[in-house]
Amino acid sequence: MAAVPQVQDAAPLAATRGNWRNAVFVAPYLFFYVALIVVPLAWGMWLSLHKADFFGERSFVGVENFVRLLNDSFFLRTVWNTFYFIFLTVPALAVIGLGLALALNRPTRTAAVLRGVFFASSVLSVTIVTLLWRVIFIADGGFIANVLEAFGQPPIAFLSNEYLALPAIAITTIWWCLGLPMMLFLAALQQVPHSLYEAAALDNAGRWTTLRRVTLPSIRRTFALVIIIEIVLQFQLFGQAQLMTLGGPNNASRPVVLFIYEVGFNRWDLGYAAAASQILFGLILMAAMARYFLSRRREEV
Amino acid sequence: MPAAVELQDARVADIELKNISKSFGRTRVIDNVSLHVRSHEFVVFLGPSGCGKSTLLRMIAGLEPVEEGEIWIGGRQVDRLPPGERRVAMVFQHYALYPHMSVRENMSFGLRNQRVPREEIARRVADVAKMLEIEPLLERKPGQISGGQRQRVAIGRAIVKEPQLFLFDEPLSNLDAALRVRTRLEIAQLHQRVEATIIFVTHDQVEAMTLAHRIVVMNNQRIEQIGTPMDIYSRPATAFVAGFVGTPTMNFAEVEPDPSAGRFATVRLPDGSCVETRIDRGQLPQREKFTFGIRAESIRTCEPGAGDTSGSARFVERLGDRTLVYLALSDGSTLVAEDSGMSRISVGDSVGLKFDGGAAHLFDDDRGYHGSPQGRD
Repeated sequence: MAAVPQVQDAAPLAATRGNWRNAVFVAPYLFFYVALIVVPLAWGMWLSLHKADFFGERSFVGVENFVRLLNDSFFLRTVWNTFYFIFLTVPALAVIGLGLALALNRPTRTAAVLRGVFFASSVLSVTIVTLLWRVIFIADGGFIANVLEAFGQPPIAFLSNEYLALPAIAITTIWWCLGLPMMLFLAALQQVPHSLYEAAALDNAGRWTTLRRVTLPSIRRTFALVIIIEIVLQFQLFGQAQLMTLGGPNNASRPVVLFIYEVGFNRWDLGYAAAASQILFGLILMAAMARYFLSRRREEV
Repeated sequence: MPAAVELQDARVADIELKNISKSFGRTRVIDNVSLHVRSHEFVVFLGPSGCGKSTLLRMIAGLEPVEEGEIWIGGRQVDRLPPGERRVAMVFQHYALYPHMSVRENMSFGLRNQRVPREEIARRVADVAKMLEIEPLLERKPGQISGGQRQRVAIGRAIVKEPQLFLFDEPLSNLDAALRVRTRLEIAQLHQRVEATIIFVTHDQVEAMTLAHRIVVMNNQRIEQIGTPMDIYSRPATAFVAGFVGTPTMNFAEVEPDPSAGRFATVRLPDGSCVETRIDRGQLPQREKFTFGIRAESIRTCEPGAGDTSGSARFVERLGDRTLVYLALSDGSTLVAEDSGMSRISVGDSVGLKFDGGAAHLFDDDRGYHGSPQGRD
């Protein structure tokens, strides 16, 4: 009997000592995580409560920056633009990515080549991608303009049209970003046991039923992952808008990040830019949490 | 009346395989196989891995295309039909239950795709769930039940479809030993209850012996022998079948027929001893060499010098009801003999051996020769 309490005493002691040593293995990562992520994040939050510029002028203004932002129609327009852009790109990326993955998930050489082709655009830099699509969209001798001309139609100035500029950037972005969702879906599809499809074939399930009742439920998690990754990614739209339209015309294609950049680095109003960043951070966080809670509730049912 | 006729029609399902062949690339995986399975029969495909038994089953199911030959089920040629239209149900080795569907949905899925009325589906699922005692599991997902329960659900999913033919692809290989024996019994009972035609694939000879009406032993992409379990055991058609079925493995030795006269063939073992078989001499082809085969249970131990030959014990395996003695003969060749459970033989002992010539077999490259039962007198 006496031995039992001893053992029980020894166990937590060993565990504590173990924890202490384990910390040594985590320390390098923890150092960089704190130094490069936690500190800047906190500093940004602190900065958003100040009126500050690059020259060290700094005064505490409380939530004034946020109040100003919420009354700044220019800023609210950029928030609206960003949401509209996400609405244009994320569902399309998920659906087209899934479609391509379904079409190319076979062991033929052609499929392998096409997988490479569709992924290739992802490795290009934003400068090359936007250059390419400017050549396609530009009204003066661009690719689409030439095609329209061949049919006797007048050219359309996509990038200087208030209603077409953001959709044009969305198309460019979809083309550029399609590789990742496709690859994630392909990886997920290859995880689905082949015998499930065989069981479905013996269960008289047609192609559509198999897709809807077997394939899609099996890759549900990946679908959620793709949506969340793409929302976070597309919230940060910057390069394409900066390089293709500079936010114009009439701010129709100006996203939040471009706003932050201009306020911070052109107008040097660091506190204001930091406050806008906090709002963007909050929006992304909310989108991520919403998706998380939605998927969790469905799991429970 | 029409319903009764239909029911009868659905139950009568002769299966006919005619000259089936198949290759993957240059590799022949099924080589000219023909087989007739009678209605209500329980047939087991038995063979080592890679012998083509699973491929053959999958061809019957429609999961592998048939390159040459025909498959008929219940009077219909099905080899060009998609799997769903062959009126077969399959139980997969890894169950292949749909992980995101409840047990009930898993069992209903096939019927819903066949547009069976909702009440009919509910009734059939309830009946089968009751029969298999899985009623409490109906609303659970496959991930929430044990391996044995999943196995039952997979079987239930097959039964609700009321197919003409059940196909089992090594369904017991994922279960632990105790559960395997229980499920084996249940499958045998199930067969009696649903009166279905069953084809069952396994590499386990005990499963084959206990379940089958007839066993189809396959090796090297071909059928070696088709027969009842006792046929397969006591009159193996080839040396392969003789070696594959039965534990411990049959003893084999290269022998020369003794040319001396007599009705039955007498052979000389490598150690020089002679064994008189009950195999008609006239039956045997003219050959220099045969493979002599005899099971351990047909070699009894006795006092040294009293039997046909003797050897020294190398290992002794005590199984309780009997004892297996692994011996080396004077020429160095080895064989296994059987003794009673109370055997006093220990390693290193010199042991006399008595062969039961009536249970001995001779094999050439193509076939086996056995002592005919009449020949025993």
